[in-house]
Formats: sequence, C-alpha cells, structure tokens
Amino acid sequence: MFNVNNLSVAYGQSEVIHGMNLDVKKNEIVAVLGRNGMGKTTLMKALTGMIPSKTGSVLLGDRELAHLKSYDRVKAGVAFVPQGRMIFSTMTVKENIETGLTTTKTKRIPEMLYTLFPVLKEMKSRRGGNLSGGQQQQLAIARALASQPELLVLDEPTEGIQPSIIRDMARTLKKIRDEIGLSILVSEQVLSFALDIADRILVIEKGEVVHEEVRAQVDEQKIAAYLSV
Amino acid sequence: MFSDYTSTELVSIFAMQGFAGLILFSVFVLMALGLAIIFGQMGVINMAHGEFMILGAYVTYLLSNLFETHMPALFSIYFFVAMIVAFFAAGALGALVEWGLIRHLYRRPLDTLLATWGLSLILQQTYRTVFGAREVGVSLPDWLMGSIPLTDIIEIPINGLFVMGLTLTIAVSVYFLMFKSRWGGQVRAVVQNRPMAGAVGINTEKTDRITFALGCGIAGVAGSAFTMIGSTGPSSGQLYIVDTFLVVVFGGAQSLLGTIASAFTISQAQSTMEFFLSGSMAKVLTLLTVVGILMLRPQGLFALKIRH
Repeated sequence: MFNVNNLSVAYGQSEVIHGMNLDVKKNEIVAVLGRNGMGKTTLMKALTGMIPSKTGSVLLGDRELAHLKSYDRVKAGVAFVPQGRMIFSTMTVKENIETGLTTTKTKRIPEMLYTLFPVLKEMKSRRGGNLSGGQQQQLAIARALASQPELLVLDEPTEGIQPSIIRDMARTLKKIRDEIGLSILVSEQVLSFALDIADRILVIEKGEVVHEEVRAQVDEQKIAAYLSV
Repeated sequence: MFSDYTSTELVSIFAMQGFAGLILFSVFVLMALGLAIIFGQMGVINMAHGEFMILGAYVTYLLSNLFETHMPALFSIYFFVAMIVAFFAAGALGALVEWGLIRHLYRRPLDTLLATWGLSLILQQTYRTVFGAREVGVSLPDWLMGSIPLTDIIEIPINGLFVMGLTLTIAVSVYFLMFKSRWGGQVRAVVQNRPMAGAVGINTEKTDRITFALGCGIAGVAGSAFTMIGSTGPSSGQLYIVDTFLVVVFGGAQSLLGTIASAFTISQAQSTMEFFLSGSMAKVLTLLTVVGILMLRPQGLFALKIRH
C-alpha cells in the first residue's frame, strides 16, 4: 500500500538516507528502530514532505508523493505525529484538533476521536501548551487522525513519556489500527514498545535498512544488539 | 505648563484633545492590526505598509472626485463605497506583492526589510507620477462635518466618532476572524509552527497570501480614515510607519487587545501633549515613556501566559 523505493535524503552535501526501500501493507504496523543519529527522524520528515528528498519515489497506493508539499501529502492520506509532539501550544485542544480537519470536508470533530481519547474531551478548551506530555501526545495523534489518513506516521512517540502511559499508547495505537483500518509506520528507540505494537520490525543504521523481521520470528537479542551503543 | 489655565479649562482641553486623538487612534489601530497580522504570520516587517495606507487614501480621493462630479446625489454615502474599494484595492496589491516578491524571501527577514523598503520607494514614486507631488484632500459629505457640542467648551467632532465606530467594527471582525473562524485557526497554526502546520494539512502558501492581502486591505481602510486628519501626499505614509511599529511592539506582538490598548495610549498621549508642547517634544516624551516601559516589560503590554 505504501512503497518507498530508492529514497535518498541529504542536508546540503551530506547524504543522510541512502537509497532506502521499505513498504507498509494495508493494516500493518511497521516499526523502524535505530539508535540516535541513524536517520529515523530524517526518514520520517522526508516521507511526510517536511524536508525534500533527493531521489527516489514514495508511493501511496499508486499515487506518487515524492514531489508533493507536506499539506498535499496529508490530503493524499499521510498523517504525521512528529517527534516532540509539536502541538500548537497557544491554541486550545479543540482548535488543535480542528487544524487536522483542514483537508477534509468535515467541519466538526468526529466523536470517535473523543471516544479514543476521552481526556481530550474533558480538556477541550484548555490551551494545548498547558497539557502534560502524555496528553499532548494524545492530542498530536488525534490531530493527525482528524485528517482521515490511510497511513499514520509517528516519530518516536514514546520519547519523554512515562512507562505506564507508553503501554496505554501501544494499546490505543493497535485499537486505532483495528477500528479505523489504517496502516502505521512508527520510528522508535524503545524495543519493548516496538515489540508490543509492530507486525514487522526494521532496523536502520547510517541511513540504510540493515535488518528486517516479522514480529512473530523476531530475535530480540539480535535487535537489542543493534540498538545498544 | 498647566498654570496658565483654570481647572475647568484644563478638563475641557483634555477632553477635546482626547476626542481629537480618536482619529489618530483609529488610524494607528488599523495600521497596527495589518502590520501585526503580517508580522505575526510571516515574520515579514512590511516597510511599505504606509504606502498601502496611502493607496487607500488615494482611492478615497479618486472616489470623492468621481462622486462629486458624476453622482452628486449619492455623495453622502461615497465614503462607505470608498472604504470598501480601498480595502480591495490595497488587498489586491498586497496579494500581488506577496506573490511576486515576498514569498521568495521568507526566512530572510533582513532581505524582506530591504525589499519592502524598496517597494515603498517605488510606490511613492508611482503616486508622485500618477497623482502629482502636491498633496490632495478630499471633501467630506455634510453629515460627517461639524461636531456635537457636549458642554459650552467641549465639542466632539462627528468624523472622529464615525472613524472610531468603524475601527471598532473592523477590530471586532478581525477578532472573530482570527479566533472564532476555521481560517483564523489555520492562520494561528501557521504563526506558531509553519512546518508543522503544513504537516497537518494546512496550505501554508495560500494562508500566507490571504493574510498578507488582509493586512494590506486593512491598511487601505486606514488610508480612508486618514483622509480625515491629513492631506494625502506621495510620502505621507512614511510618517506613520514608525509610529505604527511603536504601537505593535508596545502592545505585545500577537495580542489584539494589546495593540488596541497601546494605540490608544500612544495616540492620546501624543494628542494631549501636542496641545501643551511642540509636536516633536510630544513625540520625544512618548518615545521615552514607551522605551522605559519596554525595558521593564520587554514582551509588551499584553502577552499570553502558557508553559511550552
């Protein structure tokens, strides 16, 4: 459903992602693991159009996204939850979610989002910046889901969030996948979270995929070895 | 300086100068609103903002002549038509400028400063060529002339009240547009975090163009109001741009209420002091006070409190 072929991304002269290939099938959750500085965030930003890619193609279904601006990619069906959440802190929770409705025809926030994240309903007139980290993460996910995506891209969603909430989040993400029927691509450093949610795991190192396994046959030790410094 | 006057005279002077300052206040608010919207949205300091205002003033002048010679029967309502045309004329020029110039210079604040400064010179020369170097004035319909006597000495100019009502209407509409409409939400999202706004599906380029056009359009309306306090010349806009920046910075960027409060304070202080002192001395005192307050409160009069 989502195919990335020979994608290269560079900051000026220094190439960070080298001819990467990956794919995400319908209703599949794929986790991209890697240590700091291995190109996870760059990859995610390139896939969502926040930074331009040098070469390669990014296909959603049979639509080429590689040359689209980020807002057109959202319209095509790719939603993004960035690292550090990046909610609009001076806007209320409700307004934050509404920004995600821009590319849709709906004017009202679907009730389903509040059912998934009841806390957002309680806090809907609070400013986003006054929410706790975990609540902001839920807000960022709700905002992304509001655009009715086919593919949800999350960049290190567990960063800076306490362990009990991380488990909740894994459960919620799987629920979203099952209920809405979308595909999820998530980059991670926390192995346990990745093992919890992913159907397939990719390990990237220095901008290349060095290891790939389906969840059922995962060799935990081996992946942990890739992640250890 | 107050000793030459009796206390009733003083009260009257303050009241009269206060009302006289209302038009100045309105011009400040409208100019500052446009400038603040554009600066907040795009980080572009529009040095040509005064020229957009003057475009509105010239449009008002043209329409006043047009109505006077061709449709004298409708002359009493020409001012409303003039304001609307001024809004769209300045807004259209703003959209054109954004498309042709500004959008190529985002993330280069110093370059936009120079470019819009250049633009302001180009516009001034264009006005000089088209309308001539001599200042022009408009004639107001009868119902806007004169004043309402409040007491024996205090009189309120009608055009002042009118412009003030107009300003309030525009300020309230801008408030609703920015804080209650879907479009306003998108604008604020872009202001906060441009790349992220794009990544949630907001067409940032289109939002920029409309915002710039809106800011310039409001400057055009300010130009219409300006024709009531001064005569319009090619470089009249320059005199106001610095004061307008002062209003924006003093009010606290991105705070609508702050902009209005600071425009009110500055215009009233100027207007009142100009009666007792010379114009430039009044300006010096205003500037000193503003600088002093900004040293104590660098974020301006009003600023949002949130944790980040």
